[in-house]
Amino acid sequence: MKRVLAILVEDRPGVLTRVSGLFSRRGYNIQNIAVGRTIEPGISRMTVTVDADRVTVEQIVKQLNKLVNVLKVSDLTEESSVGRELMLIKVKAEPEKRGDIQQLVATFRAKIIDVSPDSMIVEVTGDENKLQAFMLMMQEFGIKEIAATGNVALLRGGRTTREARN
Amino acid sequence: MRLNGAQMVLRCLEAEGVEVVFGYPGGAVLTLYDEIYKKGLRHILTRHEQGAAHAADGYARASGKTGVVIATSGPGATNLVTGIANAYMDSIPLVAITGQVARPGIGTDAFQEADITGITLPITKHNYLVTKLEELPRIFKEAFHIAGTGRKGPVLIDLPKDVQIEEGDFAYPQRVELSTYRPVYEGHAGQISRAATAIRKAKKPVIYSGGGVVSSGASAELLEFSKYTGIPVTTTLTGLGSIPSAYTYYLGMPGMHGTYAANHALSNADLIIAVGARFDDRVTGKVDAFAVHAQVIHIDIDPAEIGKNVAAAIPIVGDVKLVLQELLKKAKPPEIEEWQNQVLAWKKERPLRFHQPPGGPVKPQFVISELYRLTGGDAIVTTDVGQHQMWAAQYYPLEKPRTFISSGGLGTMGFGFPAAIGAQVAFPGRTVLCIAGDGSFQMNSQELATAVCHKLPVKVAIINNQYLGMVRQWQEFFYGGRYAHSCLAGSPDFVKLAEAYGAAGMRASTVEEVPRVIAAALETEGPVVMDFHVDPQENVLPMVAPNTSIVEMIGGDAL
Ligand SMILES: Cc1ncc(C[n+]2csc(CCOP(=O)(O)OP(=O)(O)O)c2C)c(N)n1
Ligand SMILES: [Mg+2]
Repeated sequence: MKRVLAILVEDRPGVLTRVSGLFSRRGYNIQNIAVGRTIEPGISRMTVTVDADRVTVEQIVKQLNKLVNVLKVSDLTEESSVGRELMLIKVKAEPEKRGDIQQLVATFRAKIIDVSPDSMIVEVTGDENKLQAFMLMMQEFGIKEIAATGNVALLRGGRTTREARN
Repeated sequence: MRLNGAQMVLRCLEAEGVEVVFGYPGGAVLTLYDEIYKKGLRHILTRHEQGAAHAADGYARASGKTGVVIATSGPGATNLVTGIANAYMDSIPLVAITGQVARPGIGTDAFQEADITGITLPITKHNYLVTKLEELPRIFKEAFHIAGTGRKGPVLIDLPKDVQIEEGDFAYPQRVELSTYRPVYEGHAGQISRAATAIRKAKKPVIYSGGGVVSSGASAELLEFSKYTGIPVTTTLTGLGSIPSAYTYYLGMPGMHGTYAANHALSNADLIIAVGARFDDRVTGKVDAFAVHAQVIHIDIDPAEIGKNVAAAIPIVGDVKLVLQELLKKAKPPEIEEWQNQVLAWKKERPLRFHQPPGGPVKPQFVISELYRLTGGDAIVTTDVGQHQMWAAQYYPLEKPRTFISSGGLGTMGFGFPAAIGAQVAFPGRTVLCIAGDGSFQMNSQELATAVCHKLPVKVAIINNQYLGMVRQWQEFFYGGRYAHSCLAGSPDFVKLAEAYGAAGMRASTVEEVPRVIAAALETEGPVVMDFHVDPQENVLPMVAPNTSIVEMIGGDAL
């Protein structure tokens, strides 16, 4: 099963290697990973999506907690959370197809952020399912390239990750 | 006060109470060595950095203090790797200091540059590259704190050459401020109560204890707990010595070369109280078949060990010493007379046994028994890895913790002799006995020079079977007797080798010579190498084939 871990880490050189190295060394598979800042200076947030059962994820969380630069690990799957990915899609767009593309872009609440004579770049955010569906639609026109961020997620409600139960 | 980086290191070591360091100099630590020279810090120069790392490890295991090892950049640092991994696997507190090329050179493939923090990432508890001089004192403070607290382990500090030379203000921090590192020492009271209840209700309980008991200094508590509750105890290789071998309800070691009583007790138990042990595959055998009737109480300072290999019904995270103290207050002796009798019957009917034919080839187990008899059981024993290690574990009874020093988790051949040197440095007045294999000894025999130079009277007993015996045994059992490259023909004359270094060498090839050689060695002042020519065909029994149930013991019935 797919599980999403939020990991708060000290922003030190090599932290990313320590975390990702732990996953590979112990045979856990990272599906995607997103790293970014937090509101606390010196603290970064990593959101890691893994495919693992509950017992394995418990073990991953315990091992991560042993890393000296890790502040807090939370399995967001265990609680109600929202997750989003951002994807940029460079799609073939001959002038006669642009109207169709624009319509789909509107339906998916995506955005056209660049246009050239025979292609466009579309920006879309959403959960994995939505991006999957949108990509499928764009494939009809011909996708030239994509760039995606990986999933970022927060708990629903007022509690922060630091206040999460697990 | 203005100090250079190297001077700061010396001040940090002083502040941490470091009395001795093990190491080997080179270009990237010249400034540091200059300060060691000026300050007169005791330094044991080994003949190989691996030897230095194992010696620091042996020092730590014998004394309970944190061992310190120093090496230069590049090859010096990479030569430490096995030693660091070895300490990591057995949770031994070690601080490794490596030189690094000067900061501007880092990342340029400079002469003798190696990314040692990258290399040791998975085999250290934590590691540091010092990039700013002002961070040096804090890093040393943290390193010693991390190495020696919680689940102990090695920490590496990589120190660029120009940081050692640069000058700055020095103040050693009083406290560590590590919001991300907070080991839990006190066990959860509710969990301890639940454990006490489970213990009271148990019909067939067993205590399964490991290296964590030694590390936390909980031997007395463990024995008291077992005596009070009457629950029998089995200890892993790294836990040997934490319970006196002579104790009535001590069952010996479990697992692959464990005793019949220990393996059957675990397999028939309805409750296993795991204390500072980690259900290693050498203990459990086939995990699915391990202790299928048992509920598990797992006490460990490392939460990640609990539930890793075997599910725990009652997890207790904490220092085993503190948890055992609390558990003692709450526990009541269960009614287990029948079980006790059963276990004692196993112990009596199926003891470890060997037969030494009077005129026949010398049996390795006989040599170990004689070593025990003639040292009065009072030595600190270190071992290498192989058959001789298992025989030492089986036939050298122990009374106290920190008297049996062996590479458990990593199983590092060549560990025993340098570890003995480290133990002897910690306890100059005690008998330190290294039970070595003829293969293993050759992996670090160069340290004879270290023992001789530093007047460390280590007694090495080579169990010379002219084979990589443990490999040969597996080939005999599982590979149709095809002895692929396990014969050690061509090994040196160990007596002459010892003498070449200025140590004493002695040989025993007959049963009569064995006690004579041991007695002579123990009377000799300096380091001695005893070369015992033993039966090359002897196997370690009983044996559980890998990934089978631990009650399927080869040679278990014959015993
Ligand atoms: C560094 C290292 N290399 C290889 C091994 C694999 N190995 C385990 S036991 C053994 C044989 C050890 O031979 P020896 O030291 O003579 O001991 P014996 O088994 O004969 O008592 C070997 C090669 C190891 N444990 N460590
Ligand atoms: Mg041998």
